[in-house]
Amino acid sequence: MQETIKYWRGVEELNNTPEFQKHAHNEFPEFLPVSEAHGEDKSSTVAPRRDFLKLLGFGVAAATLASCESPVRKAIPYLHKPEEVEPGVPNWYASTYYMGDFYNSVLVKTREGRPIKIEGNTLSPITKGGTHARSQASLLNLYDNSRLKTPVVRDKDNKFADTTWDKIDQEVRTRLTGVQGKVVLVSNTIISPSTKTVIRDFGAQFPSFEHVTYDPKSAYALLRANGGVVPGYDFSKAKVIVSIGADFLGSWISPVEYSAQYVINRKVTAENPIMSRHFQFETFLTMTGANADVRVPIKPSEYAAVAAALYNGVAGGTGGTAIQAPNAAAAKQVEAAAKELLSNRGAALVVSDSNDPAVQALVTAMNSALGAEGSTINSGAPSFVRQGDDARMLRFIQEMNSGAVGAVIFYGANPVYDHPQSQQVVNGLKKVGVKISFSDRVDETAALVDYVCPDSHFLESWNDYEPKRGYLSLAQPAISPIFQTRQAQDTLLKWTGSTSDYYTVIQRNWAGIVGTAEGWDKAVHDGVASGTTGVHQPVSVTPITLAAAGVSVNKARPAAGNNAVELVIYEKVAIGTGQHTNNPWLQEMSDPTTKAVWDNYVTISSALAKELEIEQNDVVRVEAKGTSLELPALIQPGQTYKTIGIAVGYGRTNAGQAANNIGANVYPFVTVSDNALQYNNVVTITKVGAEKPIAQTQTHHTVMGRIVVQESTLAKYKQDPKSVTEYIKIATPDGPKNPQSVSLWQDYEYKNHHWGMVIDLNSCIGCGTCTISCQVENNVPVVGKQEVLNRREMHWLRIDRYYSSDATREDGGFEKMENPADNPAVIFQPMLCQHCNHAPCETVCPVAATMHSTEGLNQMVYNRCVGTRYCANNCPYKVRRFNWFNYANNEKFDYNMNDDLGKMVLNPDVTVRSRGVMEKCSFCVQRIQQGKLEAKKESRRPVDGEIVTACAQSCPTNAIIFGDMLDPNSQISQVLQREKGERAFHVLEELNTQPNVTYLTKIRNQA
Amino acid sequence: MQHVSPIREPLVTGGKTYADITEDVCRQVEAKPNVRWMIAMGVSLVFLGIFLYSVYRTLWFGIGEWGLNKTVGWAWDITNFVWWVGIGHAGTLISAILLLFRQKWRTSINRAAEAMTIFAVICAAMFPVLHMGRPWLAYWVLPLPNTFGSLWVNFNSPLLWDVFAISTYFSVSLVFWYIGLIPDFATIRDRATGPIARRAYALLSMNWTGSAKHWSRYETVSLILAGLATPLVLSVHTIVSMDFATSVIPGWHTTIFPPYFVAGAIFSGFAMVLTLMIITRKVFKLEDYITLEHVESMNKVITLTGSIVGVAYITEFFIAWYSGVEYEQYAFINRATGPYWWAYWSMMTCNVITPQLFWFRGIRRSLTATFIISIFVNIGMWFERFVIIVTSLHRDFLPSSWVMFSPTAIDVGVYVGTMGLFFTLFLLFAKFFPVVNMAEVKSILKSSSGISHTTHPGASMHGTAPNNSHKHD
Repeated sequence: MQETIKYWRGVEELNNTPEFQKHAHNEFPEFLPVSEAHGEDKSSTVAPRRDFLKLLGFGVAAATLASCESPVRKAIPYLHKPEEVEPGVPNWYASTYYMGDFYNSVLVKTREGRPIKIEGNTLSPITKGGTHARSQASLLNLYDNSRLKTPVVRDKDNKFADTTWDKIDQEVRTRLTGVQGKVVLVSNTIISPSTKTVIRDFGAQFPSFEHVTYDPKSAYALLRANGGVVPGYDFSKAKVIVSIGADFLGSWISPVEYSAQYVINRKVTAENPIMSRHFQFETFLTMTGANADVRVPIKPSEYAAVAAALYNGVAGGTGGTAIQAPNAAAAKQVEAAAKELLSNRGAALVVSDSNDPAVQALVTAMNSALGAEGSTINSGAPSFVRQGDDARMLRFIQEMNSGAVGAVIFYGANPVYDHPQSQQVVNGLKKVGVKISFSDRVDETAALVDYVCPDSHFLESWNDYEPKRGYLSLAQPAISPIFQTRQAQDTLLKWTGSTSDYYTVIQRNWAGIVGTAEGWDKAVHDGVASGTTGVHQPVSVTPITLAAAGVSVNKARPAAGNNAVELVIYEKVAIGTGQHTNNPWLQEMSDPTTKAVWDNYVTISSALAKELEIEQNDVVRVEAKGTSLELPALIQPGQTYKTIGIAVGYGRTNAGQAANNIGANVYPFVTVSDNALQYNNVVTITKVGAEKPIAQTQTHHTVMGRIVVQESTLAKYKQDPKSVTEYIKIATPDGPKNPQSVSLWQDYEYKNHHWGMVIDLNSCIGCGTCTISCQVENNVPVVGKQEVLNRREMHWLRIDRYYSSDATREDGGFEKMENPADNPAVIFQPMLCQHCNHAPCETVCPVAATMHSTEGLNQMVYNRCVGTRYCANNCPYKVRRFNWFNYANNEKFDYNMNDDLGKMVLNPDVTVRSRGVMEKCSFCVQRIQQGKLEAKKESRRPVDGEIVTACAQSCPTNAIIFGDMLDPNSQISQVLQREKGERAFHVLEELNTQPNVTYLTKIRNQA
Repeated sequence: MQHVSPIREPLVTGGKTYADITEDVCRQVEAKPNVRWMIAMGVSLVFLGIFLYSVYRTLWFGIGEWGLNKTVGWAWDITNFVWWVGIGHAGTLISAILLLFRQKWRTSINRAAEAMTIFAVICAAMFPVLHMGRPWLAYWVLPLPNTFGSLWVNFNSPLLWDVFAISTYFSVSLVFWYIGLIPDFATIRDRATGPIARRAYALLSMNWTGSAKHWSRYETVSLILAGLATPLVLSVHTIVSMDFATSVIPGWHTTIFPPYFVAGAIFSGFAMVLTLMIITRKVFKLEDYITLEHVESMNKVITLTGSIVGVAYITEFFIAWYSGVEYEQYAFINRATGPYWWAYWSMMTCNVITPQLFWFRGIRRSLTATFIISIFVNIGMWFERFVIIVTSLHRDFLPSSWVMFSPTAIDVGVYVGTMGLFFTLFLLFAKFFPVVNMAEVKSILKSSSGISHTTHPGASMHGTAPNNSHKHD
């Protein structure tokens, strides 16, 4: 029998010592320092060194690992997906832009519920698919962290404290019920009929209620001369346009509408070489003046004399009564203008931005004498976008100071900032019992009220608009309110005691216009409708007679003393009246004429600057009766001698991070005469001795005799369309040749598409809308004033603006050619990546990060870029932009890419570039891809016009055409076919870069 | 036996023997560092600190720390790069081309010149990497197999050619220099007393025994490397010049660039060698080895290359006029009369006028004058690159993009910082490595010491001849 084999567990068991036997039944026979480790052993409470180190090691490792973990960013799918939201597919909603400045019917692109882009609504008969820089950029005001997040009320410590709508409603209603004196609602022009009915109903509950409307940049005189409305100008019918000061393409009344009309008679073809002639009499070089065929610099005090002389010229030819007129400056040009006007009766238009009733009365008289009504002025469709009544506003300020006002509500108005009698407003407010503001932030006026009930952004609101009689427009929310804001109309309805919301009110008001529910749906879908609510009534004004005007123009104008100069106060294209300027995109938008950003300044002619020994960037003190400011000087060609210009909209103190303390506020310089605001003054200027650099995106202003941008005259064009453009030839042994035929390169073969762009320099008015549109679409960062001073702005698309010079190379050499003429001709040239077929940038990149696509695009591969900048150096057009820093998530660039709210505006289809990579225009490749995919899904070729770049889409004058040059039926192919050898040219053709961007020579209709 | 003309100036003066040479050269390696060296090292380290700080700012915040902008994408970075590469050229020229041409005067200066080459190339190489927006991806310019798909570098790009040119140049120069150092390291090893020094130099000398076989291989490798390095003298700066010449920018797009750059490189390199040698011979008391004869020979090369450069400058102007291209014409008029006129005229004065002073024998043989002029040439050559790069870029085709460039403190910091790096390396070299090639100087002692070997049997001379001077137990 086999013995059981015994296995020992160890030597201890074999030896079987008594010690071993004693512990044999324990789980761990040998001693374990468990109790010590647990600190149970009272004699040694200190952990052994090894254990300590182990724990320490573990602890450090665990803490390190935990902190290494990247922040959790969740992409949470919809639990219940809204029917209309498809991730990755944009939704478009029709809406309307009107922020107290101009009307623009728009489409809002939303992605996953957030608005990311605004485009023009092509269904609008007024703005015709065009946009403006301000409407493009208004998107960013939605994602503005300076907006109030809740309603606020003044607490015991006199500070604003957050509150709820219920509480504030209750409190305000109680206080308004017991109000002593008049209740006043102060607003800028309201073109929403339904809002007006809401205000009317609200006012009806009070024994004494008044709705006071004023405009920071008033058109009161225009209203007075035209029966309380802005005439329905139609520039498209005008063969001769005379503008006395009006910047109608850039900022006056309705720039998008006027630009679209204006350009119709500026586009020329060889078959139809007809162009309007545009005279501009003005003080400061406006964008409109830059487009004029004849531009005459005059002083503000000469406006009346020029208008009178022009009137007399017109009256002489039409049998009108002449008036006694003072001697006009520039009599010759005035005479020429009058002659042109007379010979184009029925197709002539005179406009002026003057707020002098006499000037406007003369302008109206001229227009009627010239038979403008029914042609260049549509009397059936007057415009309502200016309703401000200066006299009423001034009276209201007096009433406040006399204690007659019991309650005041500010709706979209900020008179403490933008009214010249700001101090009286401040004083008067102290005597008002109940003060309420609907401002979306605690602005200068809201800072002095008791309750701020923040209005929602227009993209969060329902609204309707009637900019012109018979033309209606709707706005619908593209996003639910981001903060606890409530649109002002709803607030007023609540305070009226109404149970219906504003949406219902609009629907009710529109019932008679759109009829059925389908009609309403169509109106919401289209964003526009025709018909009238009849709510808007002409502003009741006292008209001014021609006789009175005749007397007025002969009154002594503010005479300039020895040192005194005249100041003209103007509106910038980007900044406007300064209401919505907490917008980094607009602040960094390069001004069409001065090319300056992030500041206002004193524009001064070179002659006056020389006289006063002022140089660019010298800070000057500007003094007028009772007020003064200090701003740097900017030498401005085209500025009238002995005048200066300062833009409104700066010097905000309560607007938000981007706008606060930038520049100086010039509203206090606005003068009040005859109950109207005059945007000019007599000032003295002195040099302070300090310097403050003005950041300009372009600092060299003349074209140096180079043919990088081409222009000619209409007369020459009519004679021979082939003579207007210069085509450079290359000298070869076989004689001069077209540069394209002399090439070392092999051409690319394009089999599918060949994308191209045509930019018509005749249509381009230089407004810069495309630059902002591009910035929004392509997530182009804002870099701030210092970085622009360092010449590092990031815009992919810029507008080059050249002034003509009197000098030529022969008579003074290059140095003299650097100086612009005193009253220069101006030409604008949008400059973007030319997508060269023989691209100098592509050959030099060591890592092939920029290369050519099979469809002709010059592509930039951010991921591959190592940032040698060789491509940018070798680019003859200097369109490449380098990321010198990280512009996103960087405290130093706290604009819109440094916080979660601001980043919501970013286009998810476009990469946000990191530091150290090159970037540039991509021809909106994301849109091309999108368009091709859409077409592919439907098994067809993309249709011409379906794929369009952001710049082309936003252009109010359709100066940019984008399309497939391989498609013979596309618009671009036909334009190129038509213009070949006539106006079509490539910039720097002699380099044989063979760009895919073609320009069309500018034609001037010079007398 | 080579006949030595009695009129020819001796290359080694002072009646040196083989033992003296060993003694003179090894002295500073073996002695404690002297005060002057310590001070120089301290200053160099301060500048090195500035370099490190400036590089930190550049790497941490981005290239925006420099003064570059949308139009001027390169300025001090590439100016410095080309300047340093150019300086490096003298070393290669002296050791390789002069070796092939059997120029004996090169023996006492080639070591330091080669060291200068290597350190200058190290300084130069900093810039192509630092100037990148994303320098951590610098290796992407190498044609490496990768996982990005079939992604290859762009062989059309002159920057890629630069990568090859500079790396080849650096490796060949390094090997050439090191091979030359081996016999001298062995000498120092054999004389070393301390254990660390003995071990270190033993390692460096790669077990050199001084056997005839070693000497034969040494000579062969030197000759081969000299042959390899010679085309590099021409190719490196030719390729560097192509960064500009192949572009479309007026002022860059110039076929004259390759020869003009090579001449300029030798010009600036010789000037830098002179600057350094005049100090070194003084500090290390090597007047007998680096003689006025050397200085004069080098000054002649400077005059020649300086004149070539001057002719090139004038030719550029002529061609600009002759071409009839308005952009080209403007670029050159702008150089001379535009906002950067001072840079252009600094360049013209330093590079074209000052070297012409060397036509005078007195100036050519004056150490003070030579030193001053060499500094002028260094400054002038820096301005030459600045003028080419910045004045061409800042006003190119479209006047709308014309800008000015002004450097930031970081730009200056990186530049003077590389001088700190250079001098730190050079001082370390001067202290721990033999600054004069003992072996090669000994080889010319018999023929060029000014002491006729026939009249002086010179037992001591023979006694320390290179191939039997070291006894190896």
